[in-house]
Amino acid sequence: MRRDIFQAIADPTRRAIIALIAVQAMTPNALAAHFEGSSRQAVSKHLQILAECELVKQTQQGREIYYQLEIDKMKEVDQWLEQFRKIWETRFSQLDTLLQTIQNQKK
Amino acid sequence: MSTNLLFDFTVDKSIKTVFITREFAAEQSLVWDAFTKAELLDQWVAPKPWSSKTKHMNFEVGGRRFYAMVSPEGMERWAIQEYTSITPITNFKMHNAFADKDENPELPGSEWDYTFSEQNGITKVNIIITNESLERMERMIEMGFIEGFKMTINNLDNLLTTLSEKP
Repeated sequence: MRRDIFQAIADPTRRAIIALIAVQAMTPNALAAHFEGSSRQAVSKHLQILAECELVKQTQQGREIYYQLEIDKMKEVDQWLEQFRKIWETRFSQLDTLLQTIQNQKK
Repeated sequence: MSTNLLFDFTVDKSIKTVFITREFAAEQSLVWDAFTKAELLDQWVAPKPWSSKTKHMNFEVGGRRFYAMVSPEGMERWAIQEYTSITPITNFKMHNAFADKDENPELPGSEWDYTFSEQNGITKVNIIITNESLERMERMIEMGFIEGFKMTINNLDNLLTTLSEKP
């Protein structure tokens, strides 16, 4: 199943995980220590969801699994926002033109 | 057209909200009309080569606009805007939902809040869009505007140049 990336980052705990592992790769245990009230299992579930949309990748170091952020994937999210911004830019430029046309007609 | 008109666009994903601020070189009543009259809306809201088609619009509290964005190939994406609050000519609020061609809404939708103010002949419009889900925010793009962007911007530059050369 391919998960929706925006659904994945909609969850506040998952966003907090992203913020933490953006700084350095971390183990699930180390991450769980940051979330009072979240069990190790809950953190693992969040990591699994993030991994399914390829926002995080795992690396094995000895007996520990470290999670780190896929920076390129996060950039895709930014590009999406940029497209959205462009829609509005285009729209408003068209409105500028329309307003100018109407004002010219009034003169 | 003045090129130093303010345009601010920020997205706060944590509260599923988009904040847009834009200034226009026109008086407030005209800008208000451009956002609230179907015949004017249809002339600018669809980024070319898409076009906007309003089937019906009743701009009053409880009234709605049923409209489509139409692709160059003729594909129609319908949506419904329901007006929840209107204070001429300073503010209006609406609920927006995608719909099928028979006017059946697809929930969840989004809440839109428009505020207008004028200073020295420049009208500032603040738009706050709050989505009921992030997935839906992504869908706002899928209304199909991505195609033809560069072309649009080039066309627009040409048009603006032509317009500004006029006395």
